[in-house]
Amino acid sequence: MYDVQHNSRGLVSHGVSACAGCGMELIMRNVLEVLGEDTIILIPPGCSALFSGFGNETALKIPGFQGNLENTAACAAGVRAALNAKGNKHTTVLAFAGDGGTVDIGIQSLSGVLERRDKVLYICYDNEAYMNTGIQASSSTPYFAGTTTTPSGKKTGRKDLMQIAIAHDIPYAATASINNLNDLKKKVQKAKDTDGPSLLHIHTPCPTGWRYEPAKTIEIARAAVQTGCWILYEYEAGKVTINYRQKELKPIEEYIGFQGRFGNLSKEQKKEIQDYVTKQYNKYIIKLEAMN
Amino acid sequence: MTYKMMDGNLAAVEAMKMAKVQVVSAYPITPQSNIAEKLSDLVASGELKAEYIRVESEHSALSVATTAQLAGVRAATATASNGLALMHEVLGMTSGNRVPIVMPVVNRGVAAPWTLWCEHGDAMAERDMGWMQFYCENVQEVFDLILMAYKAAEDKDVLTPAMVCLDGFFLSHSMQKIVVPKQELVDNFIGGYKSQNTYLDTEDPMFICDLTGSEEYTEMKYQQKVAMDNAIGVIEQVQREFEERFGRKYSIVEGYRTEDADVVLVALGSMCGTGKHVVNKLREKGKKVGLAKVTVFRPFPAEKIREILSGTRCIGVFDRSAGIGGQGGPVWSEVCAAMKDISCDIRNYTGGLGGRDVSPDNIEKIFDELLEISQGKRKNHTAWIDLKENAMDIRQVIKNV
Repeated sequence: MYDVQHNSRGLVSHGVSACAGCGMELIMRNVLEVLGEDTIILIPPGCSALFSGFGNETALKIPGFQGNLENTAACAAGVRAALNAKGNKHTTVLAFAGDGGTVDIGIQSLSGVLERRDKVLYICYDNEAYMNTGIQASSSTPYFAGTTTTPSGKKTGRKDLMQIAIAHDIPYAATASINNLNDLKKKVQKAKDTDGPSLLHIHTPCPTGWRYEPAKTIEIARAAVQTGCWILYEYEAGKVTINYRQKELKPIEEYIGFQGRFGNLSKEQKKEIQDYVTKQYNKYIIKLEAMN
Repeated sequence: MTYKMMDGNLAAVEAMKMAKVQVVSAYPITPQSNIAEKLSDLVASGELKAEYIRVESEHSALSVATTAQLAGVRAATATASNGLALMHEVLGMTSGNRVPIVMPVVNRGVAAPWTLWCEHGDAMAERDMGWMQFYCENVQEVFDLILMAYKAAEDKDVLTPAMVCLDGFFLSHSMQKIVVPKQELVDNFIGGYKSQNTYLDTEDPMFICDLTGSEEYTEMKYQQKVAMDNAIGVIEQVQREFEERFGRKYSIVEGYRTEDADVVLVALGSMCGTGKHVVNKLREKGKKVGLAKVTVFRPFPAEKIREILSGTRCIGVFDRSAGIGGQGGPVWSEVCAAMKDISCDIRNYTGGLGGRDVSPDNIEKIFDELLEISQGKRKNHTAWIDLKENAMDIRQVIKNV
């Protein structure tokens, strides 16, 4: 074994076993930088379990529990309830789960937390498939993306987590992207300060699953926003604010062109996906404006 | 000392209240529902100072209770039947992380076919999930065994969760007169709660339940096995202390008129009351029969079973679960394994499924069969003791055959 020569700066150890260029690792480091050590984290099995650790080692300096895949929200609710029972109002309870653990198998327990208004900060890092098990499609996998269970491309669009959260009329919900860390950290702070459930849905490029060069993670995240594939907005006190608007959407090719998961698309399919994204984007912006 | 009229569910609630649980997470399911209701009443009235989390499923009910207890408070939940089945994977989380939750399980069969009524199939299906299992004969035992379960589960040499199983409707909805002790006595018996070994505390950070490699997994399972082994002695000690403080005597297995018995029936749950009644009746007729009541099924009290059954040539075991595909029910299998080096004839009986009453007549029929077998007058026994004669004609599909 190696000796640790100096401590890591934040609450996450120097090195974790995430893939090179992992968007999730960047999110975890920045989220915990804002939340600080008065935080208890709940993690399901999945990519974020790399922070739970292995054997008698953990990558986190805060207390945490790795529950089942579908009960991250419920586990957070349990910790919150115990803290409330003990009169502790200050500790942040953070649920940190991927898209599969959130919008698929975990949607029921998340809905329970949101409906009961349990004071829990729920972060869904969305890498758009079951990456830890080997890139199988989830209901958050986008239209046409190839995965090991959608080898010819996914035939349907993605489930809209934010609108599901908003339907519960929770006090705070926001999307974020690692291409704008200031915006992300500001939203983490707002979520932390929320008296009730808060949800952050963070777009999380994954070089392994999306099949692009690890060095391009931030570029890909930025391209997702600029092409209209990811929209930055927040829902606060019943109103929607769109945080960033591209004057003119960039062609979808600037986003999907880098990614192997869209590599097998024909010209016609690429046109179809462009039309789909443009239509969805325009429709969505109108919807969000109406919620302002 | 106060006497109160209570059904089994309310006795369970009373015990959890007196244990001062601080978090309650409950989801209603027949016949457990009024446990969930009554606990919410107590929280609403302020009689129980606890956070009540109205969860959206049993899976979440146990998830909430487990992490709440990891965060340092005694947490309560209760379930039955398909609810317990839905908790299955979380049961492993609770026991594997050594969280000593005490959970009433109101026994009801698991679908299909749908049934609302009593059998032990729900709890038996979870018998290898690392939880202790206590089975209650009557409403007083529901109250007493829950208190004892807290003390045993939270013992530092055990740290293992416990199900306290009470028969659906036969106990859950049966009003009986029970003794309820003063709060002070209960406080002195089980004390306050303090997390041991695993806890979530920002002052002393620890990550619980990360991935464990094959170089440690076996040893962690072994630690659970040792805790279960320890539990036998701890439960017996707790039962002695309970008797000193509350005056009621318990045993992990109760031998009822077994000392000189020619044949003994092993049973568990509410049918034991009926069984004892039949034993007394047959004894009056000069038939030397006895009953062994298994109060603790997990850990299985093999040594105590041997102590009580040694010398009995013919033994019947009544399983209130079907044990489909096994050679017999789960209790019978355990008794056979416990007695494997002792010469005796152990017969499996299955009955009382899906709410069918375990009647005095049927128990008497079992004793008579066992006596005839022991006297060499009979070879076969009626394994499905309360089966109707036309079993294979029920729900026959006659079209398109």
